[in-house]
Amino acid sequence: MKQPLLDMRGIIKSFSGVRALNGVSIQLDPGEALSICGENGSGKSTLMKVLSGVWPFGSYEGEIYFEGNLVKASSIRDTEALGIVIIHQELALVKEMTVLENIFLGNELGTFARLNDEEMHRRTAELLARVKLDILPDTPIRELGVGQQQLVEIAKALNKNVKLLILDEPTSSLTTTEIEILLNIVSELKQQGIACIYISHKLEEVLALSNWVTVIRDGDHIDTRSVENLTQNDIISMMVGRELDELFPREEHEIGDIVLKVKHATAKQAGASRAQVEDVSFELRQGEILGIAGLIGSGRTELMQCLYGSYDGNYEAEVELHGESLAIRSQRTALEAGIAMVPEDRKRHGIVPIMSVGRNITLSVLSQYSSWFGAINEDQESQDIDNYIAQLKVKTASSELSIKNLSGGNQQKAIIAKCLLTHPKILILDEPTRGIDVGAKYEIYKLMFALVKQGMSIIMVSSELSEVIGISDRVLVMHEGRLKGQFDHQGLTQEMIMNCAIKEDTTNV
Amino acid sequence: MFKTIKTSQLQLFAMLAAMLLIVVFFSFATDGAFVSPRNISNLIRQTAIVGVLAIGMVFVIISAEIDLSVGSMMGLLGGVAAILDVWFHFPIMLTVLITVAAGLVLGLFNGWWVAYQKVPSFIVTLAGMLAFRGILVGLTDGATVAPTSSSLAIVGQSYIPSGWGISVVSLLCLGLVAKVYARRKARQKHGVENQSAKFEYAKATIAVAVLMGLLFILESYRGIPTPILIMGGLILIATYVAKRTSFGRRIYAIGGNIEATRMSGVNVERTKMLVFGFNGMMVAVAALILTSRLGAGSPAAGNMAELDAIAACVIGGASLAGGVGAVFGAIMGALIMASLDNGMSMLDVPTFWQLIVKGMILLLAVWLDVKTKKSQ
Repeated sequence: MKQPLLDMRGIIKSFSGVRALNGVSIQLDPGEALSICGENGSGKSTLMKVLSGVWPFGSYEGEIYFEGNLVKASSIRDTEALGIVIIHQELALVKEMTVLENIFLGNELGTFARLNDEEMHRRTAELLARVKLDILPDTPIRELGVGQQQLVEIAKALNKNVKLLILDEPTSSLTTTEIEILLNIVSELKQQGIACIYISHKLEEVLALSNWVTVIRDGDHIDTRSVENLTQNDIISMMVGRELDELFPREEHEIGDIVLKVKHATAKQAGASRAQVEDVSFELRQGEILGIAGLIGSGRTELMQCLYGSYDGNYEAEVELHGESLAIRSQRTALEAGIAMVPEDRKRHGIVPIMSVGRNITLSVLSQYSSWFGAINEDQESQDIDNYIAQLKVKTASSELSIKNLSGGNQQKAIIAKCLLTHPKILILDEPTRGIDVGAKYEIYKLMFALVKQGMSIIMVSSELSEVIGISDRVLVMHEGRLKGQFDHQGLTQEMIMNCAIKEDTTNV
Repeated sequence: MFKTIKTSQLQLFAMLAAMLLIVVFFSFATDGAFVSPRNISNLIRQTAIVGVLAIGMVFVIISAEIDLSVGSMMGLLGGVAAILDVWFHFPIMLTVLITVAAGLVLGLFNGWWVAYQKVPSFIVTLAGMLAFRGILVGLTDGATVAPTSSSLAIVGQSYIPSGWGISVVSLLCLGLVAKVYARRKARQKHGVENQSAKFEYAKATIAVAVLMGLLFILESYRGIPTPILIMGGLILIATYVAKRTSFGRRIYAIGGNIEATRMSGVNVERTKMLVFGFNGMMVAVAALILTSRLGAGSPAAGNMAELDAIAACVIGGASLAGGVGAVFGAIMGALIMASLDNGMSMLDVPTFWQLIVKGMILLLAVWLDVKTKKSQ
């Protein structure tokens, strides 16, 4: 019997007791392509990290055979030496260096003292021709578009004698033409006998490119099927297949008048070709939980940043709060107007890790406790801290413990407490339950319903479809910076959202 | 037991132990001359200038920035004070006021470039280091401005009459004990776990004993030197600002995670600029002490003083990555550096050795810090 090129058997990977991968097995022959599909956080990237050696041999259960030999990689260098190369979503090229320098970075030809420039030039030109890039080897990377950079990455991989090429969401930031070029090149590489693992949310590409499709859900290997007779709908139902269980404590609440109107929100990074948010308009009512769904990169977070004044590029939006127009230019104006936000990236934008839980909680409202020269009334401050820690059930040994010692769920509760202390009218929660255990999730949901009952309005961005459906009153779906669909939660299914978020052509808007 | 000790406390113990080691070593090496009242008075007067600079610098470092212009700025401000005093015969109060105001302006100037124009502080203050020195040489034509008036000499050379000194220190001790008591009460009220009473009161007792001992030694020489009183006052104010005001709280937050602090609605830019402004005022005070002690404004005054200030902060446990540091630590750092200087000079250690030893101590201190943090 012929040996497959890659044979991963029963891979299990746990993080502090939680299984991120629960027995995933995949096989791949030379010249074939396998797509891996799954929701955000289903375990796709963990699987690729195991395969590429980021998680070294011994840190996971199961075996990986490559060309018949057991792989015992201790780092990504080892797997690259075998011919397994991964190209990440975020490109790893040095922007200030040329194409040639990047391709040979770390593998320079020649001796330590003298580089063999001619040979490197010749090889680079050859590689660029293979990926159909019509540029000079001396072009600096920063002058190339994202699509071209992706091709340079592939050329770099080819230079390393790649046998298995892993592409992680390669097309998420590319234009349609660029995608076409990329797909053509991958097909050609397949004909040259190179195997490919393709990770993408774009099911059309998945079906066009691959021989096999593997679906992972919550770390479980659902199925691997041949693309023959496989439809996008088949994949989607495999991806979301789970039942909605009693995880979501929905409580009835009154929904009132319109509180917030957003018109023509547009956000664009300086120098970017594509806007991250394009002409989005929506309304929010008092006491409403508005869910915002969409894939990563669809502009959900950026839209929220526009509302909170924290977007780092150029943005414009007509915002009306309680009928009065509002120009949100900074986080301070947002907070003063009554808009608070729990950011997506807790470590980067949420916590000050070395400061205590209590001091993190009061960071936004210090002036409330301060005298004219800034002396803090610590009595009053500790009272608020104690109240909110009790109210939100933040589990911490003491309010003076560094917040970095708390679990993710408790850090999140502390950040919500920080927002609530500003007494917001509108609370934005960006991925409020990411990386949080089930118990803390449940408490955060409970809290959300308690808040809307008091008349607060909540906007929740989430990648977890079950959560979006289970919690929201109304759901907006974004796709490539635009608002693509709007649904009432009643009768809404995960398939409907996925269809809207993934497929290029949807009519059920 | 050891689990309950925080890193900051561990650092404090390490610093006190190092200080003790230095004192014991030099006392033996100099046959007790190191701990004579005269030398101790001398030593802590030497500490005053670097100490005051370190008070300003520690805030800059906590906010994850750096100020390399401090030495030149001190030279320039000292020169300005000397010029006002010697050339224009301004009354002492006016000279002090103008010098401090000028320090504030120079500091805010640095801060504005760093906070609002986003030029890295290393570069902004490197530029200041060159430019301020240039201005000083230009103003004075490269010549020493002397002699300063007898009233300016009060700032750096005088001693507090003994009755006053004793009452000030006694008050301080009483205040310290009262504060420990009040803090314990407040914490009990909020159910925050208190450190054991023995531990807290032992700490306070040691502090009182040290202060009283110091007072006794100083009084047996000429009394408390005025610069030390000034530094002591600034230590109290700066510690209060760092620990008990919203301004101080925000500086730690900015150093800990500037992005999260901005997301919390804090005016990060203004806070940063004010930190540099505060630092400028501290530099002005140090400059006044320096000019008064030298009795002149010299174009070379304060050369490389920024490095002493930075070293004092770092030895005192401040992290250049920001978010960590304390005024008291910085002062201890300044004292350790000054003790090394003083002791080695008494032993007639050649200057080149002194530099080498100081460099090694700095390296060692930070290395120990990195090691203990990693092992946690």
